[in-house]
Amino acid sequence: MKLLLALLVGGLFAAGIYLIVRRSIVKLIMGLILLSHGANLLIFASGGLVRAQAPLVEAGSLAPEPPHADPVPQALILTAIVIGFGVVAFMMVLVSRAYMAVGTDDTEEFTGTDH
Amino acid sequence: MTLLIAVLSGFVLAPMAPVVHRALGRHAGWAIALLPASLAALFLALASRGGGAVAESHAWMPGLGADLDLRLDGLSLLMATLIAGIGAAIFVYAGGYLAGHRHLGRIYAYLLMFMASMLGVVLADNLIVLFVFWELTSISSYLLIGFEHADAKARKSALQALLVTGLGGLAILAGALMLGSAAGDMRISNLSLHRETIREHALYAPIVLLLVFGAFTKSAQFPFHFWLPSAMAAPTPVSAYLHSSTMVKAGIYLLARLTPALGESELWNGLLTWFGAATMLVGAWLAFRQTVLKLILAYSTVSALGTIVMALGVGTTYAVEAAIVFLLAHAFYKGALFMVAGAIDHETGEKDVTALGELRRSMPLLAGASALAALSMAGVPPMVGFIAKELAIKSLLPDTDLGREGYALAAMFVASAALGVAVALRVGFAPFFGATRETKREAHEPGLSLLLGPGVLALLGLGAAVAPGALATPLVEPAASAALGAQAHPHVALWHGWNLALALSAAAVVLGVVLFRAQWAIVGAGGAASRALDAIGPSRVYEHVLAAVLGIADAQTRALQSGSLRRYAFITFGVIVLAVAATFALRTPLERLPDFGDARPYEIGLVFLILIGAWFTAVARNRLAAIAGLGLVGYGIAIIFVLFGAPDLALTQVCIETLAVVLLVLVFYMLPDFRTFSTRAQKARDLLVALAGGAAMAGLVLVVADHRPDMTVSDFYATNSLPRAYGRNVVNVILVDFRALDTLGEIVVLVVAAVGVYALMKLDPTTREGAPTPAGKGGEG
Repeated sequence: MKLLLALLVGGLFAAGIYLIVRRSIVKLIMGLILLSHGANLLIFASGGLVRAQAPLVEAGSLAPEPPHADPVPQALILTAIVIGFGVVAFMMVLVSRAYMAVGTDDTEEFTGTDH
Repeated sequence: MTLLIAVLSGFVLAPMAPVVHRALGRHAGWAIALLPASLAALFLALASRGGGAVAESHAWMPGLGADLDLRLDGLSLLMATLIAGIGAAIFVYAGGYLAGHRHLGRIYAYLLMFMASMLGVVLADNLIVLFVFWELTSISSYLLIGFEHADAKARKSALQALLVTGLGGLAILAGALMLGSAAGDMRISNLSLHRETIREHALYAPIVLLLVFGAFTKSAQFPFHFWLPSAMAAPTPVSAYLHSSTMVKAGIYLLARLTPALGESELWNGLLTWFGAATMLVGAWLAFRQTVLKLILAYSTVSALGTIVMALGVGTTYAVEAAIVFLLAHAFYKGALFMVAGAIDHETGEKDVTALGELRRSMPLLAGASALAALSMAGVPPMVGFIAKELAIKSLLPDTDLGREGYALAAMFVASAALGVAVALRVGFAPFFGATRETKREAHEPGLSLLLGPGVLALLGLGAAVAPGALATPLVEPAASAALGAQAHPHVALWHGWNLALALSAAAVVLGVVLFRAQWAIVGAGGAASRALDAIGPSRVYEHVLAAVLGIADAQTRALQSGSLRRYAFITFGVIVLAVAATFALRTPLERLPDFGDARPYEIGLVFLILIGAWFTAVARNRLAAIAGLGLVGYGIAIIFVLFGAPDLALTQVCIETLAVVLLVLVFYMLPDFRTFSTRAQKARDLLVALAGGAAMAGLVLVVADHRPDMTVSDFYATNSLPRAYGRNVVNVILVDFRALDTLGEIVVLVVAAVGVYALMKLDPTTREGAPTPAGKGGEG
């Protein structure tokens, strides 16, 4: 199972990096999105992989039945997903404004607005 | 508390000084001078109470062994009285010298800061405290030298002084920490108790080298003397205060202070004696060569500082006493002469001695002060400078306990003293006598504020010699005792009987008069050789080193901060890949090839689907296809979360993914469709980097998934979620209860992002008037 997850994370990172080094600024954002997916899964894997056991406390017991998934990486990822969305939303608006100001979507030409 | 208040009062008053200036106008200098004057009186009163040193300690950083230990002993008393006393004269002088200057209030503030820092240096009884105040003097000196900040030369000189003395400050820090750990005690007054331990310690040589280096940079010893003449870019009150009588003596103070703990070794004595002697001679010659008043005084200060360091290096009772008397005498006459030079400049507009003459008719009082100070500098009785010189020569002559090298040192001393006599005549007498010269402004006697400082200091130089019991002995004796670590009995008197020292002293004066008469001829003859040496001198070395450092910084910035987003990305990912790969190679031998193990067919299918989505996004030729690929990836990951016990993540992921796709479609509607920018070769290269990055991350997953993290934290949350926080969903409880503050921070981030989005939407750079400047928007893009 972990090999499968490793392939998935590796693939997401590879696609993300490939997109980030493109010159189109739109692809840059898409690359960032893929990269954050990969990072989330990397954290997820660090908690160990347990199938179908959410860290929930059943009625009548005081703690989740072991074995359950590690709740700490989940809390971290939950935060990361939300923050990641905030960053992406801001970037998308920024990029569309930058495109208006600079007049290009090529990052190599993002040298100033006075031309 | 008394000493702490004495040190801090300057810092407290500093920010108020501009207000005082605004309220009192041209009387502000007099008012502010009350603080240093009363501090000087306080120190003298504390000392005259008897009963040894005054010490106090305040808790500051006990964990680091750094307590705010302050101590007023003999050596501190001498320095602190000079700092506060001359400070009082300087504030009055600055009020007159810079009258009407737009930033006069600011210079009061800087001077107060400097004075307080300097008092901190000499009163500190803890190595860390000493270092902190030491750095503060460097910083306030930087501000003062660069006071006329519109002038490029002033800025350059200020930076030079800061870099040289700052480098020394770092050496002091390293040396002080080593010394503290070698002695096992950070308290300076305790160091001499551990002198045997320190002497035997393996770090003794590095400690001495570092501390001596730091002291040499501060006290402008050869070859670090070059910053002092450049520092003359400061207004004259600053030069008179920092660069003649106080700050440059901080290094000497440190050396004297540490003599009981570190002194009496071949290394210590050799370093101090010979670097001091070299500085003495080089400074004297460079001063002799100059014609600009302040530069002459600056170089002769270098020479005097060298003399004192040499005497400390010789280290005999006699020599240390001579050093202390010399320090006192120099503070009086050099402070006075600087202020005279400033007053001349202020009244006539001339800075060059060759353009001045016969000023005694128009400014007789200033001429009197100048003549007295110059006599002291030349070492002529009945001035305290004469006593200092006598004691210095005596300490070098072999009938004390110095060996054969005493002759060499005495010869060097007499030579530099003769040059000093010529220089004293040049700065102290020549402008006031001889032929009348046309000056830029018509000369007239300066006002009281400009006369008071030089007058008082010159008279003190006379009084200290004529009535030594009143001021000189009570200051010098305890200071010399503290520097020696034993009771000293300096013989501060004008008449020492007929002896060789008197003969040599007289010879120096006669030789000096001869040199004065023949000055320009000698300078003309020796000038060419001297100028040739300048080309390889230490200030050139400084310039080359500075240029080299800036060059490296420039090249590095150009290479790293290219402005190309893609290059940044390449560098970042390259470093990550290399770091991860290196760690793998060194730390994790792969024992067996991992297999898919217990992966179920639908899981394999799902992962395959997500990868296809990612691939599709990466190579898509139009926007919608790419967005579809992204959606596939996002929803697929949500399903993975479901399968592996993370329903909350799955829920969040689905919501966010939906929002993101909608936003992407909306925003991309405004952007152009994809174009092909890169060639096939570039794409291949990028693909290679991307695959390397992916492989590194995949390897990381293999390692972390095997690694069982410490479960203490997770178990705590799992078992306490219901009993303590009354929640059954552990992940939610962590977010809203255990780590609620973190979540609040996260919400703040989102709000900031939302405000940013809103602001950007409202901003229309293409049409609006007064839109942000191109530079500002360039920064955003």
